[in-house]
Amino acid sequence: MSATTPGTSARIESTSSLGVLGTLRAGLALSPAMRTGIGVTLALAVLATAGRLIVPIVVQQTTDVGILAPGGVDVGLVLRLCGIAAVGLFAAAACTTWVNVRLFRAAEAGLLQLRVRAFRHVHDLSVLTQNTERRGSLVSRVTSDVDTISLFVQWGGMQLVLSVLQIAGATVAMLFYSWQLTIVVWLAFAPMIVLAPKAQKALNVAYGTVRLRVGAMLGRISESIVGAQTIRSYGAGARTQRRMDEAIGEHRDAAVRAQAFASLAFSSGVLLSGLALGAVVVVGTLLGIDGDLTVGGLLAFLFLVQIFTGPVQSATEVLNELQNAVAGWRRVISVVHTPLDITEPDEPTPAGPRGPAALDFADVTYTYPGSAAPVLHDIELAIPAGARVAVVGETGSGKTTLAKLLTRMMDPDAGSVRLNGVDLRDIALADLRSRVVIVPQEGFLFDDTIAGNVAYGRPDTDADGVAAALERLGLGDWLATLPLGVHTDVGQRGEALSAGERQLVAIARAYLADADVLVLDEATSAVDPATEHRISRALAELTQGRTSVAIAHRLSTAEAADLVVVVDAGRIVELGPHTALVAAGGVYARMHATWISASE
Amino acid sequence: MPSPDDRPLHALSGGAVRRSLLLIGRGIASQPRTFTIAIVASVVYGIGLVASGWLLGRITDGVVLPAIEGSGVSTGSIWLAGLGLLLIGAVTAVGVALRRIYAGIGALDVQAGHRRAVTRQYLRLPMTWHRRHPAGQLLSNANADAEAAGGVFMPLPFALGVLVMIIVAGVAMIAADPVLGIIGVSVLPLVLVVNAVYRNYMSPAITHVQHQRAVVADVAHESFEAAAVVKALGTEDFEERRFAAASRTLRDANIAVGRIRSVFDPVIDLLPGLATLGVLAVGATRVAAGVVDTGAVITTAYLLTVMTFPVRAIGFVLGDLPRSLVGHDRVSRVIDARGYLGAGRHRLGDAVPTDEGLRLDLDGVGVRVPSHDADGAATEADLLTDVTFSVPAGRTVAIVGSTGAGKSTLVDVIARLRDPSSGVVRYDGRDAREIADADRTGAIALVAQSAFVFEDTVRGNVTLADEVEPDGEGLPVSTGSGYTDEQVWAALAIAQADGFVAALPDGLDTVIGERGASLSGGQRQRLAIARALIRRPRLLILDDATSAVDPLVEQAILAGLRRSAGDVTVILVAYRTATIGLADSVVHVERGRVVDAGTHADLLGRDRGYRRLVTAYQRGREEREVAR
Ligand SMILES: Nc1ncnc2c1ncn2[C@@H]1O[C@H](COP(=O)(O)OP(=O)(O)OP(=O)(O)O)[C@@H](O)[C@H]1O
Ligand SMILES: Nc1ncnc2c1ncn2[C@@H]1O[C@H](COP(=O)(O)OP(=O)(O)OP(=O)(O)O)[C@@H](O)[C@H]1O
Ligand SMILES: [Mg+2]
Ligand SMILES: [Mg+2]
Repeated sequence: MSATTPGTSARIESTSSLGVLGTLRAGLALSPAMRTGIGVTLALAVLATAGRLIVPIVVQQTTDVGILAPGGVDVGLVLRLCGIAAVGLFAAAACTTWVNVRLFRAAEAGLLQLRVRAFRHVHDLSVLTQNTERRGSLVSRVTSDVDTISLFVQWGGMQLVLSVLQIAGATVAMLFYSWQLTIVVWLAFAPMIVLAPKAQKALNVAYGTVRLRVGAMLGRISESIVGAQTIRSYGAGARTQRRMDEAIGEHRDAAVRAQAFASLAFSSGVLLSGLALGAVVVVGTLLGIDGDLTVGGLLAFLFLVQIFTGPVQSATEVLNELQNAVAGWRRVISVVHTPLDITEPDEPTPAGPRGPAALDFADVTYTYPGSAAPVLHDIELAIPAGARVAVVGETGSGKTTLAKLLTRMMDPDAGSVRLNGVDLRDIALADLRSRVVIVPQEGFLFDDTIAGNVAYGRPDTDADGVAAALERLGLGDWLATLPLGVHTDVGQRGEALSAGERQLVAIARAYLADADVLVLDEATSAVDPATEHRISRALAELTQGRTSVAIAHRLSTAEAADLVVVVDAGRIVELGPHTALVAAGGVYARMHATWISASE
Repeated sequence: MPSPDDRPLHALSGGAVRRSLLLIGRGIASQPRTFTIAIVASVVYGIGLVASGWLLGRITDGVVLPAIEGSGVSTGSIWLAGLGLLLIGAVTAVGVALRRIYAGIGALDVQAGHRRAVTRQYLRLPMTWHRRHPAGQLLSNANADAEAAGGVFMPLPFALGVLVMIIVAGVAMIAADPVLGIIGVSVLPLVLVVNAVYRNYMSPAITHVQHQRAVVADVAHESFEAAAVVKALGTEDFEERRFAAASRTLRDANIAVGRIRSVFDPVIDLLPGLATLGVLAVGATRVAAGVVDTGAVITTAYLLTVMTFPVRAIGFVLGDLPRSLVGHDRVSRVIDARGYLGAGRHRLGDAVPTDEGLRLDLDGVGVRVPSHDADGAATEADLLTDVTFSVPAGRTVAIVGSTGAGKSTLVDVIARLRDPSSGVVRYDGRDAREIADADRTGAIALVAQSAFVFEDTVRGNVTLADEVEPDGEGLPVSTGSGYTDEQVWAALAIAQADGFVAALPDGLDTVIGERGASLSGGQRQRLAIARALIRRPRLLILDDATSAVDPLVEQAILAGLRRSAGDVTVILVAYRTATIGLADSVVHVERGRVVDAGTHADLLGRDRGYRRLVTAYQRGREEREVAR
């Protein structure tokens, strides 16, 4: 399957290009639970539908043989028939309820599978892929796009099968009375059969647009929520509102359009039913005059035509609903079918024992998808086990990119990154993630307590463990200022903490992860110098012997490192211990001189 | 001008029936034309449906039977009969199409109206409100809840239109025979009784579903926002479990709703059928007793079958109502939220020329937020206490303090992103709360600690004004932002961002991905600085805005600022001595209080905490030198 071809795609397609049947097949394959017990459900549904037909017939009978009986009203018979019909009605209603419950259960179970599958796949895609898609839009793929499917699978699919059965049954019955009239009926619906594929395609496009617009709309809204502060400080509210109104309006227009298409398709079914009825009356009467059809036959046929047109109309309805569902399905499927660019090795190689690890870059080049030129060129770098490395360089020179390659957020175009001599691509991902941990430049806290955030992903660490860890990191004084201590809520995205405090929590979280290699990307950029000094020293002692790579603009970090790597415009331009580089009088020496004058 | 606080509440009040009627009434009143067309079309449809049955009967008796029995009906009238049926079909079809199209437009407009109202609130409500409400929930309010609130308007015109059919059929039934008629008409109160029971079960169930939808959206939103952290720690499994747990609850909630609906719909369908049987049974006994003739029984039975369809339509509306009410409630909670920072009406710069820096005075400013004490009981905490200082026009002040001291809270208050709980902030001597919003945001620019970048072009991100769009002839038409490209480049140059922007494929027109994902951290920060500079503010606030740039670039930015700023009043949150060195004076803040204020040299001399803070790098260096 294509899902394992590395590096072929760095973006999630806005929608999958599968056809309707392909989408259904792929959708069902992703949600096997939808099919559980489908046979029994279908059988019950047939019963329920048949039950609904019994009543008009019984009513007819009661009237004809009971009330209009030649010898006066036969009250006993009428009561008996009514009793039987009532039982039939209740039985049919019970069957319908049972069918609906079964359908709901199977559909929801299937959609759950689909939702979780798509959600997981988003996380498995590389950070880059995620960046090409708006957060709000990604959310819509696992929420409202999935919800769009539910109406069809709960009701439409079964209805479609029943309608087809009913149409087939009515056709057979009609043939029994008159093959000529049967042809007339089918001919009346011929325009629909001819035009249906075109109409379906138009609907398909229209509903697809609706789903896209929902994604775009949620993207805009999400931006206005997360960027609330910036919008307020610049008085950009009116403009943001305009952008959102635009997205809301575009969604509304697309939905109105799809709705109009569906209405026209449905009403054409009503029109053709009228045509069929009229044609049968005319042709049937003419046939009757010629003696090819009895009066009784024609009357029965007229009744059957109405049994025929009902399901034809509901089938049109279901097909509209199907296109709506397919539009949602495609968006979810396109997520799941986006090839993973960071893949598990087929045969993982063990990367040596846990403990201090060596890292090296061999001739690594990396280009961001969509960029013309590489951001990193021919990087050669050997980091001995247990070394304390500082990476410095201008903004935009490629430091974060280097760190992302080191933690295999993405794979290099050329060359390789190795841990203890093993290519990162050959190490099982779970193993790699537990050995190499990064504190990203843009940290993120969950809406939870400090303890919950520090112990994130490690449910075995309790609040006391977290408090102890913070204590070891020299953050006990800070913790003491919080009335609830580690039980303090950090708020949405951690916004109830100060920026520096958020970084402290992120560092503690990485420290608890207890990795062989700790990568810190500007992890203390917002922390005051005194606290930074304290935490760096504590961290250095606690991770004694581990390998660490720290990216920092504050050169205090570089001063304390064993090895300083100077990156400039995507190349390593200087490499060596702090003192040697200062003595060499190059880029680093200049940077450091500025730093000293700036910080003293 | 009425303040937005005076708006009538959006929420519906009263009992279930009253709320339902209000919901429907308000929706229809908001789109009277659309819904009128839809309802009229629905009436046409209903009449067409009845007429087609009636006409078929007439034709069978008057044309088909005589013709086949050879009573010499002309071929013309046979064709006329067929044409009549086709015509009625056509009218019915047009009715259906118009009803659905306009019902759809109405429902979608109600939905879009809710979305606009909700998103307006997102922009209007203060940051303190935002911090209390998860982003994913707000997304769900604007999406799933707005949709649910409009849901009932899709089947509504259908039900209202066929109401006529029910009334006509009901009157005809009672006219045929009062007793049988009452049995027939009793379907309606029964539908209402069933609906009341249904609503009792459905309302809590659907409330749970909509709530859980928001939870799922929130887990997804938060988790995707946290993608980098999830990757960094390899916690994909953990996130999957978290999302699966929320989704499972949603599944169960949905199934619970499905179960209730699965009972309700067949029961509603059952009622006309049962009534028909009742009419037949009672009718038969009454005929036997000689009270009525058979015609009345058959007419009543027929009229009941005519009523089946409208009753089902009413069932659709009643079935959807609880969901719409819940959606409406959830949307109303946002729309009715209050606590805007009221907008003042005074102009800034009436007294002072606008090219001069802003004079800023803080007088006893305190910020108090709800909090907890050590036992977890609710209390209040002071983020700022009695902060008093002044910044004369054109001066530069550095705010220095350790992590969590309250610096960002302070600049938020200064820029009026929040109001102080006590004390006053004054711009040019006037209470900040009295100043019109547009004047404030025009005069003050805050570069926040975390740079936020919009999914937009570089130019759009800097100007925060609408793009200059080419008109029909391809000539650019200014949309009022008033910033020229030269100005944008000049601002970028001072922020040291011109170099990398020039290297982008489309320069100023390059679209930057959501949250600026395709830029480096320092590049994002510099873009944010340029955004502030281009406005030529009278008060510029930099909240640690150069934390992600290297020392060389920082020096260049600060030097450029000094050259270009002229008379601007500047407030800097900073740690590095060089940055502090730019300031005329320093305010040292700790634990929400001003510890000391004065020049850098003064504070170094007399404020131990200050000395400890700003000389930490130096001390670290010395320690290391000793160790070496
Ligand atoms: N997803 C991306 N797509 C395209 N270009 C990117 C992407 N991410 C980064 N870049 C570009 O690659 C270059 C290197 O970025 P990187 O984030 O590695 O810089 P950095 O050295 O970490 O800078 P800083 O010190 O500002 O954090 C920058 O010019 C940036 O614009
Ligand atoms: N909504 C809130 N509820 C409770 N406490 C809060 C809230 N917002 C901030 N705080 C607390 O107020 C204190 C001051 O936060 P603020 O962001 O102003 O600090 P800061 O001086 O800017 O710190 P930094 O240098 O880390 O940015 C912090 O201890 C923070 O935890
Ligand atoms: Mg970086
Ligand atoms: Mg701050």
